[in-house]
Amino acid sequence: MNPVKNVVEMRGITKRFPGIIANDNITLSVKHGEIHALLGENGAGKSTLMNVLFGLYQPEEGEILINEKSVKITSPNVANELGIGMVHQHFMLVETFTVTENIVLGNEPKNGLQIDIRHAEKEVEKLSDRYGLKVDPRAKIQDISVGMQQRVEILKTLYRGADILIFDEPTAVLTPQEIHELIEIMHNLVKEGKTIILITHKLKEIMAVCDAVTIIRRGRVIDSVLIKDTNPDDLAAKMVGREVNFRVDKIEASPKQTILAVENVTAMGNRGVNALNNLSLEVRAGEILGIAGVDGNGQSELIEVLTGLRKATSGRVLLNGKEITNQPPRNISESGLSHIPEDRHKRGLILDFTMSENMVLETYFHPTFNKNGFLDYGAIDKHAAKLIEEFDVRTPSIYTPARALSGGNQQKAIIAREVDNNPDILIAAQPTRGLDVGAIEFIHRRLIEQRDNGKAVLLLSLELDEVINVSDRIAVIYEGQIVGIVDAKSTTEQELGLMMSGGKGLDGGEKR
Amino acid sequence: MDWGLILSNLVHDTIVFSTALIFASLGGLYSERSGVVNIALEGMMIIGAFTGAVMTYAFQDSLGSLAPWVGFIAAGIGGAIFALPHAVASVSFKADQTVSGVALNFLAAGLSVYLTKIIFNGAGQTTTLSQVFSKWSIPGLHDIPYLGHAIFEAYPTSYIAFILVFLTWFLVFKTPFGLRLRAVGEHPRAADTVGINVKKMRYTAVMISGALAALGGATISLTTTSNFSHNTVSGQGFIAIAALIFGKWHPAGAMGAALFFGVAQAIKSLVQIFGLTQYVPTEFIFMLPYVLTILVMAGFVGRSSAPAALGKPYDTGSR
Repeated sequence: MNPVKNVVEMRGITKRFPGIIANDNITLSVKHGEIHALLGENGAGKSTLMNVLFGLYQPEEGEILINEKSVKITSPNVANELGIGMVHQHFMLVETFTVTENIVLGNEPKNGLQIDIRHAEKEVEKLSDRYGLKVDPRAKIQDISVGMQQRVEILKTLYRGADILIFDEPTAVLTPQEIHELIEIMHNLVKEGKTIILITHKLKEIMAVCDAVTIIRRGRVIDSVLIKDTNPDDLAAKMVGREVNFRVDKIEASPKQTILAVENVTAMGNRGVNALNNLSLEVRAGEILGIAGVDGNGQSELIEVLTGLRKATSGRVLLNGKEITNQPPRNISESGLSHIPEDRHKRGLILDFTMSENMVLETYFHPTFNKNGFLDYGAIDKHAAKLIEEFDVRTPSIYTPARALSGGNQQKAIIAREVDNNPDILIAAQPTRGLDVGAIEFIHRRLIEQRDNGKAVLLLSLELDEVINVSDRIAVIYEGQIVGIVDAKSTTEQELGLMMSGGKGLDGGEKR
Repeated sequence: MDWGLILSNLVHDTIVFSTALIFASLGGLYSERSGVVNIALEGMMIIGAFTGAVMTYAFQDSLGSLAPWVGFIAAGIGGAIFALPHAVASVSFKADQTVSGVALNFLAAGLSVYLTKIIFNGAGQTTTLSQVFSKWSIPGLHDIPYLGHAIFEAYPTSYIAFILVFLTWFLVFKTPFGLRLRAVGEHPRAADTVGINVKKMRYTAVMISGALAALGGATISLTTTSNFSHNTVSGQGFIAIAALIFGKWHPAGAMGAALFFGVAQAIKSLVQIFGLTQYVPTEFIFMLPYVLTILVMAGFVGRSSAPAALGKPYDTGSR
C-alpha cells in the first residue's frame, strides 16, 4: 500500500440541475495531508462537486471513497461522521448567536437539560488556541469581523472532529491581511494532520499554498497536476480553455471633446457629513479615466451623484454640455449615461426576475418593448437572446432567474445591458469584483472597446492593478476631493499609493 | 372611593383577560421562532375554545369538576392536530404561510360553528357549562390586603400560563432544542449543514404552537364565558400575534405585551364603575384593545428583531 493514501476519492460524479449539467463525470483524488486546490471559473461546477462531497446534493451517478472505503453521503450529518467539514463561502452562521452557540449547534454539550455553555466555551477556547485562531467564544457573530467569522466556521468543523476540510472560496471576502493570516492557519491545520480541499479561482493563492490542483471547466475535469510541475499561465489557460492575457493590450487613446464634466460638486454622505468636497473632474470621448482611492473616500457617493441616486448640495454635472445635476435617474440614463453598479445584487439586477426581464430594466418603456402600455414579451425575449449570445452569458435559458447565475455571468449580463444602451459615457464601478480571470479579461476588453469606439469611460476600482492597466488617465480621490490626476502609463503604484493616503503626488500630480 | 380596591380589581381582571393571550402568544413564539409565520393563532384558539367546551360538556355529568381539565387537555391535543395542515402547507409544500394561516382561520370559524349546530341541535352556541374552572386562592397569600385579591385569587389556567412563560424561556434559551429551534428560524441552511432536520423542527414548532394557542382558546370558554359561540375568541388570536411582535419574540416580552392588552380589556369594568359610559358609548370602550393593537404595531415596533428566516420556506436543493 502507498505510504500516503487517498483520503478522498470521487469517481465519475455526475450532477444535473434543470437545464444544466453541473458535474459531468468528475474524478478527484486527494491525498492525506495535502492542500488540494479545485480550480475553475465561476459556474464551472466546483461548489456543486463539494456540496456533493458534503452531502448537500445527491449525485445522479458516481462513487465516493473516503479513506479508501466506499460511502454514500446522504446528508451533512453523514459527512460530519466521516470527518468531512466545510467552510462555506457564504458563512453558515447565525448572526444573533454567540461564537460558541454557533460552534456547538447540533452537537451541544449538556448539563442536565441545559446546554453546558461554560464547558462549551472552554472547549472552543482550547481549540482556538491550539490552531492559533484567536477567537472570542462569547462574542456575537454580528459584532465580529468577516475574517473572524470565517475562523468560527473553521472552528465549527474542527469541533466536529473533521479531518478533511473543504474551503469554498475562502479569500473572496477577506482583506489582504486576513488572507495572509488564513494561509498561516491552513498551514497549521495541515501540520496537525488535516487535509484541505481549497475551492478557488485565484491563481496566486494556489501557487502560494497548495500541493496539487485539479482544474474543472464547464463541469468536466481538465487536468490534475502537482503545483511544482505547473505555473500560473498554464493553470489560467487550462481553467479558461485558451491562453489568458494578464496584460491589458490597448492602443494609444485619442481623447476628443469633453463628455462628462463635474464642477465643484459637494454632496452629503450617509453619516451626515460631506462625502464630496468641491470635487471636479472631466472625462473625454475616447478615454478611460480611472479613479483610484482607498475605499470610503467618496467613490460611491460620486457615482451616486452622477447617476442621480444622490443629491448634490452644490456644484454642477454636465453631460455633453447639458446640465444633469440632480435629475431623476431615468433622465440621466436617457441622456446617454450608463452605469455598471458597484453592488450587482442590490443595484444591477432584480435577482428574482428572469434574465430576459433584467435586460430591459432601463428600457422597458421604450416603444420597442412596450405596445400601448403592455410589455411586448416577444420583443423583450428576442432582445435578451441576442445580448446573451453576443456577450457569452452562460445561462440555462433567458427565462432563468438572475439569482441562479454565477457572479461572472451576472456581471456579463449587466455589461451587456449597459453597453447595448450605446451610452456616451459608461461608468463602471468595481466591474470585476469577485470575478475570475476569464471574466475579468472579457470585461476589460469591453471597456477598452467602448473607448476605442469614441465613447468615454469612467472606471472606479479598489484594485490598483486594474486602474493602472485599464485606464488612460488616473484621478486619485481622497476625502471627497480629486487630489491629483496622473498619466496611467508613467505612474507607479508607489506614486498612487502616496496620493491615495493623502500625501500629494510626487510633483503635485500632473494637473490637467 | 377605595383606590386600593379599584387597583386590586384592575390587576385581578387583567390577569383573567391576559391568560388566553399569554398562551396564544407563547404558541406563536414557537412557530415564528422556527421561521413559520402563524397568523392562524386565531383559528387555533377558536378550535381550542370549541374543543374545550364540547369535551367539558361531554364529561361534566360523569366527571364533575374534573371535566374542565379533560376539556382543557383535549383542546391542546385538538389544537396540535388542527395545526398540522399549516405545517404541511408551509413546510412541506412551501406555500405562502400567511395564505395558509388565513385559510385555517376561516376553516376554524366555519367548522366550529357547524359542529356546534350539529351537536347542540341547531343552536349557534353550546349550552352553558355547569362545570368550568373556578378560581384558586393560594392559602395564606390571598388574605394579603389588596395584593391577595389582585394576584393570589386566579383561575388555575392563569397560574399555568405564567409557569409556561418560564418554561418556554428555559426551553428556548437554555436547551439544545431551543438553540436548534432558533437556528432554524434564523438561518435554516446553517442548521441543515450541522445536521439539524429543519422540517422536523418546524413541524414540531407549528404543532406546539397549535396546542398552546388552543389551550389559550380553551381558557376563555372554560373560565369567563362558560360556553362556546362564534364570538368567543373574537380576534384575540390576532392580538396575541401583536403581543408576540410587541414582545419581540421573547417569552417575557410577549407576557408583558399580553398583560398590556389585558389591561385594555380589564379597564372597561373600571369605566363602568366611574360611570363614564354615560359620556362614552361602550362600543368605544370595547374597541380599546384593538385600537391599542394598531397603535402599538404602527408606532413602536420595527421588524428588526424578527427571526431572520421568518416566512421563508426552506428549500434544500436550491442553488
